[in-house]
Amino acid sequence: MTTLRLPLPLPITARRLAVTAALVAGAVSASVALVSRAGSTGSSDDSRAAAAVPVRAMPEITGVEKAVLTAAPDVPAPITRDYATKVLVELETVEKTMRLADGVEYTFWTFGGNVPGSFIRVREGDLVEFTLKNHAHSSVPHNIDLHAVTGPGGGAAATLTLPGGASTFSFRALNPGLYVYHCAVSPVPMHIANGMYGLILVQPREGMPKVDRELYVMQSEFYAKPGAAGKPHTLDMEKGAAEQPTHVVFNGAVGALTGDKAPEVKVGESVRIYVGNGGPNLTSNFHVIGEVFDNVYGEGGSMVSQKNVQTTLVPAGGSAIVEFRAEKTGNLVIVDHAIFRAFNKGALGMIKVTGEDNPKVYAQLKGLPMAGH
Amino acid sequence: MPSLRALAPIALIALAAGPALAASPPAGKARTARRASRAAMVAIPAGSYRPLYGRPNDPLTVVAAFRLDRDPVTRADFLAFVRANPQWRRSAVRPLFADRNGYLADWRSDLDPSTGSGQAAGDAAALRRPVTGVSWFAARAYCAARDARLPSVAEWEYAAAASERQRDASRDAAFVQRLVSLYASRPRPLPPVGAGAANAYGVRGLHGLAWEWVDDFNSVLVSDDSRGVGGRDHDLFCASAAIGAADPTNFPAFLRYALRAGLTGRSTLETLGFRCAA
Repeated sequence: MTTLRLPLPLPITARRLAVTAALVAGAVSASVALVSRAGSTGSSDDSRAAAAVPVRAMPEITGVEKAVLTAAPDVPAPITRDYATKVLVELETVEKTMRLADGVEYTFWTFGGNVPGSFIRVREGDLVEFTLKNHAHSSVPHNIDLHAVTGPGGGAAATLTLPGGASTFSFRALNPGLYVYHCAVSPVPMHIANGMYGLILVQPREGMPKVDRELYVMQSEFYAKPGAAGKPHTLDMEKGAAEQPTHVVFNGAVGALTGDKAPEVKVGESVRIYVGNGGPNLTSNFHVIGEVFDNVYGEGGSMVSQKNVQTTLVPAGGSAIVEFRAEKTGNLVIVDHAIFRAFNKGALGMIKVTGEDNPKVYAQLKGLPMAGH
Repeated sequence: MPSLRALAPIALIALAAGPALAASPPAGKARTARRASRAAMVAIPAGSYRPLYGRPNDPLTVVAAFRLDRDPVTRADFLAFVRANPQWRRSAVRPLFADRNGYLADWRSDLDPSTGSGQAAGDAAALRRPVTGVSWFAARAYCAARDARLPSVAEWEYAAAASERQRDASRDAAFVQRLVSLYASRPRPLPPVGAGAANAYGVRGLHGLAWEWVDDFNSVLVSDDSRGVGGRDHDLFCASAAIGAADPTNFPAFLRYALRAGLTGRSTLETLGFRCAA
């Protein structure tokens, strides 16, 4: 058995013709327009699905479950089931004032009350029924464009939601990978600049290699203008258009991943970071000081594209998955290696590695004592 | 622009509902209301403006002289209206004309417009706050009872383009920035009307209080269906919203148009009020 795909990225009209032809001439002709995806393993229900919808093989849906969403840096547990199901996702947009940096309160627009928005995890082939709610206290309408979605606006065309309202649409998680979602109501730069983005992982149907720790880290930048008379900061239009952020941060605020909030792992543990970049403007030069990424799933795709990487680019509106094993105690420092952003604008995070020291990997032999190491 | 077509279903409903909408207060009260409304209105001279959607070479939209309420309609104003028109009280309003989950939702009761949160019943400040949670049908009925109407998109945008000093401040970066900040972080509860400075026409609170209904709010749906895949599709999502916009830097206008695009005549938002024109 194989999974089936159209051989070429045909325009929609051509796809419609292909569908029509298949319906008229019967399922046999459909197979002519389809080729097998090399190297993939499929489930037994693929052929039946392919006959019905020749555009893409889709497995049968069994059962229904509610997605568990998490706030960064946490990631929902890996999906262990080996079949496709209907997944109910419910996400609420909330406008709220929170700390961006010390002394800087900002009125964020959020998915789920946090920046970045809640992490969503589904499995390749799942039928996702997505409900977007907009809190009644919101000032403006919101919607959602999930880059994992095949269809108009990535969902945005079906989810314009007024304050106090809700919208529901469904999509098939056709392509595995790590995808950004964001609000796409006009003016979209303002919605994104105010914090409306997050990540959705479409876990490949064969699963991902087991690791000891999964983390959710999303970079973004803010263009904060002080409010009049002590009111919260809001978007600075001029700085946004000039792409000159006041803050570049991981997980929505300066210090969101440092000090007490730094995740802790043990020597010997394998770590996978789901890295996203909400932008709105900057490309991230994602780097972890004192580590080398053993594996990088470049641009958040579904396969390891490179091994032994120091710094990986994460485009605005894009992602990457990086993996490493902690092999030495101390603090690993997450930075955007466009280094003024880290030093001056807040793009710093930390992972504490505890456990037994490992001097075979690294040892200071002579020199000034270093505090904190 | 096929805005009439977009409005047609609503117009039909409005016609069908004629008696309910046209319930007029007793003659004496109506005269009082009309006198009051004239006193609170500001004359806006004729002129023209460039709408958000259109090509740079399109002719400007001409706006005839009209009058516009100096301030948004307050809770006290609307209380008087529902006293005289029981069919517009929260417990009586027809679901066809207002989303009952949101209609006057933060009033304590049918005839007490003070908000539930931390205020005494009958709180005087509450009465001076803009009324919100009002559907388009209800706002129209209110204005009709005053022998007035809702302003059109063109009228509202024309009057609201004015800063304190300039009649057309739509290209004034500082003014645009101020509106972005106001829209991005509205105070809750909304402050009483009349506190802010008047704009160059003498109108107050167009931006700093609530969003406001306009009569032809859905005329922004320029093509047949905003969900379609047509080439001239003003979907108002993602970057495609900037296609065909006269001024892509006018974020406040995009925010207003996006809000209007999501509304139906029944919509009731906590941050959406109105004022009348004549």
